[in-house]
Amino acid sequence: MRSFILSRILQAIPTLLAIATITFFMTRFAPGGPFDSEKAIPEEIKVQLESHFGLDLPLFHQYLLYMKNLLRGDLGPSFKYLGWQVSELIGISFPVSMTLGTCALVIALIIGLPAGIIAALRKNTIWDYLPMSLAMIGICLPTFVLGPLLILVFSSTLNLLPPLGWYSWSDLVLPSCTLGLFYAAYVARLTRAGMLETLKHDYIRTARAKGASPARVVYKHALRAGLLPVVTFLGPAFAGLVSGSFIIESIFFIPGLGKFFVTAAFNRDYTMVLGTVLFYATLIVSLNLLIDFLQAWLDPKAREQK
Amino acid sequence: MNEPAGSSLGKDAWMRLRANRMAMISLFLFLIILLFSLLGPLFSKYRYDEQDLEKVFLAPGAEHWFGTDNLGRDLFARTSHGGRISLAVGILATFVSLVIGVTYGMVSGYNGGKIDAFLMRIVDILYSLPFTIFVILLMVMFGRNFLLLFLAIGAVEWLTMARITRAQTISLKRAEFVLAAHALGYSHTRILFHHILPNLLGPIIVYATLTVPAVMLLEAVLSFLGLGVQAPMSSWGSLIKEGAEKMDAAPWLLSFPGLFFCISLFSLNFIGDGLRDALDPKSSKD
Amino acid sequence: MLEKRSTFCKIYYSHIQTIKVFLTSTMFLSWSCLFFSCSAPTNVEKAIENQILHFGLGAEPQYLDPQLATSVSAHNVLSALLEGLVSENPKTLEPEPGVAESWSISKDRKTYLFHLRENARWQNGDPVTAYDFVYSYRRILNPDLGSQYASMLHVLKNAKAYHQRSIPWEKAEVGVRATDKLTLELTLENPTPYFLELLNHYSWFPVHPPTIKKHDAFDRIGSQWTKPTNFVGNGPFKLKDHRVNSVIEVTASKTYWDADNTRLNGIRFYPIEAVDTEERAFRSGFLHLTQTVSSDRIDYLQKNHPDWIHFEPYLGTYFYRFNHLTPPFDDMRIRKALSMSVDRQILVEKVLKGGQKPSFCFTPPNTGGFTANDQFEYNPQKAKFLIEEYLLEKGLEEMPPIELTYNTSEGHKKVAEALQAMWKKSLGIEIKLLNMEWKVFLSTISKGDYSMARGGWIGDYVDANTFLHMWRTNDGHNQTGWSNQKYDQLLDLAETATDSQVRLNFFQQCEEILSEEVPILPLYFYVHVTLRHPTVKGWYPTLLDHHPYKFVYLEKEEEP
Repeated sequence: MRSFILSRILQAIPTLLAIATITFFMTRFAPGGPFDSEKAIPEEIKVQLESHFGLDLPLFHQYLLYMKNLLRGDLGPSFKYLGWQVSELIGISFPVSMTLGTCALVIALIIGLPAGIIAALRKNTIWDYLPMSLAMIGICLPTFVLGPLLILVFSSTLNLLPPLGWYSWSDLVLPSCTLGLFYAAYVARLTRAGMLETLKHDYIRTARAKGASPARVVYKHALRAGLLPVVTFLGPAFAGLVSGSFIIESIFFIPGLGKFFVTAAFNRDYTMVLGTVLFYATLIVSLNLLIDFLQAWLDPKAREQK
Repeated sequence: MNEPAGSSLGKDAWMRLRANRMAMISLFLFLIILLFSLLGPLFSKYRYDEQDLEKVFLAPGAEHWFGTDNLGRDLFARTSHGGRISLAVGILATFVSLVIGVTYGMVSGYNGGKIDAFLMRIVDILYSLPFTIFVILLMVMFGRNFLLLFLAIGAVEWLTMARITRAQTISLKRAEFVLAAHALGYSHTRILFHHILPNLLGPIIVYATLTVPAVMLLEAVLSFLGLGVQAPMSSWGSLIKEGAEKMDAAPWLLSFPGLFFCISLFSLNFIGDGLRDALDPKSSKD
Repeated sequence: MLEKRSTFCKIYYSHIQTIKVFLTSTMFLSWSCLFFSCSAPTNVEKAIENQILHFGLGAEPQYLDPQLATSVSAHNVLSALLEGLVSENPKTLEPEPGVAESWSISKDRKTYLFHLRENARWQNGDPVTAYDFVYSYRRILNPDLGSQYASMLHVLKNAKAYHQRSIPWEKAEVGVRATDKLTLELTLENPTPYFLELLNHYSWFPVHPPTIKKHDAFDRIGSQWTKPTNFVGNGPFKLKDHRVNSVIEVTASKTYWDADNTRLNGIRFYPIEAVDTEERAFRSGFLHLTQTVSSDRIDYLQKNHPDWIHFEPYLGTYFYRFNHLTPPFDDMRIRKALSMSVDRQILVEKVLKGGQKPSFCFTPPNTGGFTANDQFEYNPQKAKFLIEEYLLEKGLEEMPPIELTYNTSEGHKKVAEALQAMWKKSLGIEIKLLNMEWKVFLSTISKGDYSMARGGWIGDYVDANTFLHMWRTNDGHNQTGWSNQKYDQLLDLAETATDSQVRLNFFQQCEEILSEEVPILPLYFYVHVTLRHPTVKGWYPTLLDHHPYKFVYLEKEEEP
């Protein structure tokens, strides 16, 4: 097991380096630069700005310089938020997105898992159709529709919750529901599918034949393997959730990380793009690693072999 | 482990699908939506880009069945025109991501070891690359090609599909029936596509039906970057996005395209479930 | 099959457990709603007491160094934190005493002598001196700083030469000199009638030399001096907090010379970018005023909340550029035809509906006393004739397809779609619309890789020069490939003219050339639409959207 972890960590290093390299050159080859604006800047000023940020060096030289700093853990200064280090900006906004994303995930699991399990157990009955139809509605209402809709109901009409901001705990409710309901739908659909797949397997029959109680069959046997698709989905989904959602953040005016992902690319804020991408990549790589562990633990066949 | 001949499998599946009431209703609804998108423009007096600045933001009525938008364009015409694009993009791009993702995931999971590690690290890399810049670069290199739309969408949507398939494959490859197939000396390809794949169908079909709406909405994001449909053409994604902004003043701008979007997803979803049941190798065995 | 399904159903499992989870989670949600229900007074209600203005800033200003800032939102914050030589009248924007108590202007209108007030203070108590201004102007003009707005100071004698690195500071003799601690002499290159108004642009604001020195080198970008704990200003407010993408908070400064007359206790600026979110914030009493209003909401708001919505003039023109280097726009007739067949009145009334004014010339009316006679005409018959003439001459059956490029935005799309339909209807021309992401758009335009493209221009100061200079040959903003010697000469003449009537006459001639050659297609003049709560007093519409905060206060609405 230890060698497995070690090999995965060793794999992570070239993966991250590859991501940094590809992203570096991708951003540089995209048209437009960080200092382009509708007001034309005199050429000499542009040259000055570029030399300040080292953009006048040969591209490969810039790349080596960036990688050197990266290895020391330095993500460099933002080109757009002058006076801020990329790591500072991520450090400020990540806790916000982390809180929001975790709450959303909890909501998604609390609603999605039971709904999916019930639907699978009572396949093709009203207990299947009802939760699954609700789940479909969750998918049909994209966040940019659901968010304003929830605000309309709970804030503008009922006056129960604040429509925007990030100041008190009550500000957490609407955005995390908006995000959570969307993911709940995915979780419910995938749980149902996974459960159905497992319930038909021979070992479930064997378990029942051996006289295991129905609840035990579900909990001990079917659930674990049945959760495989959801768990696989949750890896990237969780990485996406905690790294912020631009749409939710702009609807609810939340100072999260999602905004930086989107605006950095639009601003051609090179260091910021690289910083956010690497941050996200680290999340993805480590979560996928975690998921692979979970899969091994959930999958009865895989465990039998150990 | 006898395998029924191909034709009878298809026939059996169709019989089972027909027995599934929910799936049949959905199939019917979906056909109606398809017909609406293809033939809707024939029934409408208006073209999708025909403006009447005297009649902006008209509520639905006898003249304009679905009302009009901010330039006085008929929403019925725009919704049905948008359906063509959204359904085409939604289904084709999902199909592309399905084919890539499933094949990739099965190969990775089945082989395991170094190959699996390598293939999955590539997936990790692709997950992380900045999508906006990727799309912009694609357009710089290849111009505004409509095919790029599928490439761009395909590039992101197959990743989770591949990971799900891989996880299922790993779990299945030690199953008794696979081991038995090995013992019988079947080739790897045969085992993958004839023995493992049918048992993966459930999660795959479900994830594919979940991909369709994601793709349709992604199309609206891509048209923001200049790829995909150009104004004044419409798609459900862009109509819903615009409608959401005018939700309280002109709710019909959101509700009609939203309704069609929902119905087609609902029906695709239940068709998907029905298909899964119909193609289920276990049930055919019984 | 059937039997199979029933075996599944036989896995009897009590749903009660799961339903319980279901119910508790919903209960939890609804209870948390009730528990946190927001019956507390809103920002706007509290503001009558605490005199704190809640300000929709639109965008994050990103950097609060007046010499490196580049945005309207930076202006809105900086004008609270810093004060220039003169301040402005809240209604007319005419110069009023600021840091300078009084000033005198030489006969040739090229030398200004400012007498600084003795009680002008930085927020740490240091006096504001003439030397501080010299330091500030030297800093912004220093080419190493790379200030994007340094060109605003090019009106100073020799400033351009120093800024473009041709001469070092010691030898440059830039027209800024402190004769003593409280006297500042500014010498100009040309008589510049709008010079005093210029001084209220943030690029002319002073910076506190010891603070700059403490935090970084003189000419470094990205110094930490703009952070809340470090910032030292001389304006009516001081920086208390700056949380990126969340809030900028300023509180009244006690050391400000006119602190007794400053009525607000503080301002909170919220960079809410999404227009709909900003409107919701306003409606819920979170904001006193918004930066803008979504154009599709104007009708509704006008009907239901006429006391909230305000239409204010704004110094800006919306136009399309023609690319003169590629056919068909290398031919004047085509440009003219397209311009003649646009019904700007309809565009403004039926499509935009935000109180914009149709533009039949390029400079907005009454810009520094200049109103061009309407030049661009609407004449679809003649337009059609011009097109036919062109086709005949070129031996073409029909017009080659024309592309109209714009950067992605709902507003630009709407205008483009409307014009596309107009041209199709009146001329039978097919126009293809191409939208692009902002930076791709900018680089496409500057490379000249377009045939027709959207443009917009907001004046930096109230004078026609800020508009007309764009179309000089090879000006950085021209980007159309259009060049007209006579036009360039007229602008040169206007720059040195001392008589204002003569000067305006040169501008009129420039406008006439524009309408004759149609290098661009002006569509409408901007208007600034905002929501403002009736409790905000001392706030007046101004051309540059400047609102000196020291005159603003919050007062309860009078009961009707």
